Amino acid sequence: MQVTRFPSRASGLSDRMSGFIAHLRMNGLRVGPKETEDALAALSAVEATDADQARQALCALLAGDAEDWRRFDELFDAYWFNAGKQRTGLAQNTHVRVQSAKPMIWQSLERDTKDAQTDTAQEASTPDSGDGEAEGMDGKLIATRTANLSRRDLREMMDEQALKQAEAAAFRIASAIRDRRSRRRKKAQRGPVLDMRRIQRASLARGGEPMDLYHRARPPRPMRIVALCDVSGSMTVYSRVFLAFLKGLIGSGTDADAYLFHTRLMRVTDALRDHDTLRAAGRLSLMAEGFGGGTDISGSLESFLNGYGARALNGRTIVLILSDGYCSSEPEALGAVLARIRRKARRIVWLNPLKGWDRYEPVAAAMQAAQPHLDAHLPANTLEALAALEPQFRKL
Amino acid sequence: MTLNDVQNGLAAQGYIADERLAMALHLAQALGRPLLLEGPAGVGKTEVAKAIAAWRDTRLIRLQCYEGLDASHAIYEWNYQRQLLAIRASEAQGGVGEAQLFSDDYLLKRPLLEAISEKEPPVLLIDEIDRADEEFEAYLLEILSDFQITIPELGTIKARVRPIVILTANGTRDLSDALRRRCLYSFLDYPSKEAEMAILQARMPEIEGLLARQIIGVVQALRKEDLEKTPGIAEMLDWAAALSGLGVNDLAKSRDKVQATLVCLLKTAVDYDAAPPEVMDRLIGKVA
Repeated sequence: MQVTRFPSRASGLSDRMSGFIAHLRMNGLRVGPKETEDALAALSAVEATDADQARQALCALLAGDAEDWRRFDELFDAYWFNAGKQRTGLAQNTHVRVQSAKPMIWQSLERDTKDAQTDTAQEASTPDSGDGEAEGMDGKLIATRTANLSRRDLREMMDEQALKQAEAAAFRIASAIRDRRSRRRKKAQRGPVLDMRRIQRASLARGGEPMDLYHRARPPRPMRIVALCDVSGSMTVYSRVFLAFLKGLIGSGTDADAYLFHTRLMRVTDALRDHDTLRAAGRLSLMAEGFGGGTDISGSLESFLNGYGARALNGRTIVLILSDGYCSSEPEALGAVLARIRRKARRIVWLNPLKGWDRYEPVAAAMQAAQPHLDAHLPANTLEALAALEPQFRKL
Repeated sequence: MTLNDVQNGLAAQGYIADERLAMALHLAQALGRPLLLEGPAGVGKTEVAKAIAAWRDTRLIRLQCYEGLDASHAIYEWNYQRQLLAIRASEAQGGVGEAQLFSDDYLLKRPLLEAISEKEPPVLLIDEIDRADEEFEAYLLEILSDFQITIPELGTIKARVRPIVILTANGTRDLSDALRRRCLYSFLDYPSKEAEMAILQARMPEIEGLLARQIIGVVQALRKEDLEKTPGIAEMLDWAAALSGLGVNDLAKSRDKVQATLVCLLKTAVDYDAAPPEVMDRLIGKVA
C-alpha cells in the first residue's frame, strides 16, 4: 500500500478530504475532484463526528467495485489514523488500471542493483511470492533436469528476435480463431438480408405499410482464449518465450485471458497489456522465476475454475494450458478438474514443450490422467512448432 | 431521516440490513444517488428494493435486464397503432397536426420513463444490470446522473422527484467505469451466523430455537464446503420453510427428511452428490 502521511498543517476539512482522495487515487481507486465534493456532501448527511459512520459513508461513496470495497477500511485507517504501513503480502490487484498503481509489479526491474535490498521487499509484496519461495532464482533444479538435453530449442532463444517471433505466432493463432461468424442470422441495424418477417410484423403497426426496414446479418462469434501458463521450476527455461506468446494472444484484439500458475494461480491479463514486449516478458518471467519450484497443476486449475472460471469460461472458449505436466499433485485430481473445465469450455488444448522431443511419451502420471480430456496435445518446444499451431487452431 | 430510521424501517419489513448497507441506503436517499449492489446470488440484493418500497410505501418499478434489452423496452416507445388510428379517424375532419400525434397520449411509458414521471418518489430496481449489453449502460447514464430522459419529439423530461434507484449485479461481466462512478456502491456478502439467525427469526418467527440454530449451523457449514453453487439466504429460507412444513423439530432426529429437503439448498447434481448422508451427519453432529 502506498502510504500518505498527514500533512503537518492541513487547513480545514476540505483540504484533508482532498488529501484523502489523492491517497485513494494513489492506491488505485478511480476517484477525482468530483468525488471530493461528493464526499463532503456525504459527510454532511451523516454524523461526521462518528468515525464508523464516516467510514461507512465514504466507503459507499468512493468504492467502485468489490476489490475497493474490501480494501477501503485499511486505506481509511492509513490516512485518517496514520495507521498505514507497507504491508507485505498485500494482494496485488490485477484489475488496477491506474498508472500510479502499476509500479508494484514493475518496480523490481526498473531499479538498479544498488537497490537490491528494496527489490526483495517489493518482490515480497507481489502476489504469489509467499514466504521462502523466492529463493529459486538460480534455477539449479532446472539445470539438473534439463542438462542432458542436446537439442537447441526454446530454452536458448531468449533474444528479442525470438520473443517477437513467439508473439507473432500467438498473434496469428489468435487471428485464426477470431474472425468467426455465427451460422445464424440475427436482426441487425445493417445487413445483407432483409428480415421479411419482422418487416411484415412491424408493418401492421403502420397500417400495413412496410415503413420500417429490418435487416439480418450473421453476427461475429469470436472464440475466446484462456491461457494458463505453468511457471514452475521445470518450466522456467521456457517461461520467457511463453510469456511473449501469451502477450501476443492478449494483444491480438481477441478476447483473451492469461494466467500464470505454479503452486498458486495469478491473473496476468492486465500486466501483459504493456506495449513493450521485451520488458513485459522479461519482468513477468523474472517474477515467475522468483516463484519457481513445485507445481500443483490440478490445484491451480481448481482455483481457476472456482474463482475466475465462471466469468472466463463459456461455450466459445478455448482453454490453452502451457505446461510440461510434471506435477506434484495427484493425477486423478487433474483428470477430474479437466473434466469439469471440459464441461464449461469448448476445447482444451495442451501445449507441451516436452512433446517435441525425440522419443517423448506422455508417461508422467499427470499427463496420462489428462490425456483423455484433451482435444489436442501439441508440441511447443521450438518457434517453428509454435508457428505450426495455426492450422491446428483453425480446425478447432 | 437518520441512519437508524433506515435500519428500523427495513427491520419492520423483515429485512435485516447490516450497518454498511444501511449507510449506503441512507446516503442514496440523502444524496439522491443510485446505489449499485453487488454480491453472490441469493444474499438479498433484489429483496432490499422490495423492502424499501414496502417501508416507504411507494411503488416498486422493476426493470429486469437481459441480453438485447433496448431503449424501446426500457425507456419509451411511440404507440404507432394509436397514432395511425388517430390519423384515419381524423381524416374526415381534415387531419391531425403532427404536434398532436407526438404528445403524451401516444407515448408508451416503459419502466425508466415511468419511474421519473411519478409524483411520489418510487423505488426503481434495475435488476441484474450486468446482463444487459454495454450499449444499454450508456442509455442509463443520462438517467442515473441527471434523472432526465430526452425524447427527440418531445424534448427533455426531467424527474419531478428523484426515484430511489437500486441497481444489482453479480458479475456476469465487468460494468463500465462511467456507470460505477455515478453510483454508490455496496457489496453484500453471505451474512454472519448472528445476522443470518436474525434474518431467519424475522422471516419465520414460528421456527423454534433448536431447529433455527441447527439450520443456520448447517447452512453456514455448507458454505465452507467446496460447492459449485453456494446456498444463499434465499435457499436457507426455502429450506427452513420446507423443514417446518414437514413438521421437523430436530434435524438429528429426522435425517431422511433432511436428505429429502436438501434440494432446496443444493442446486446442481454435483453439489447434491457432494453432500451424501455421511457428510450431512457430520455437519449436523457439529452443530448439535
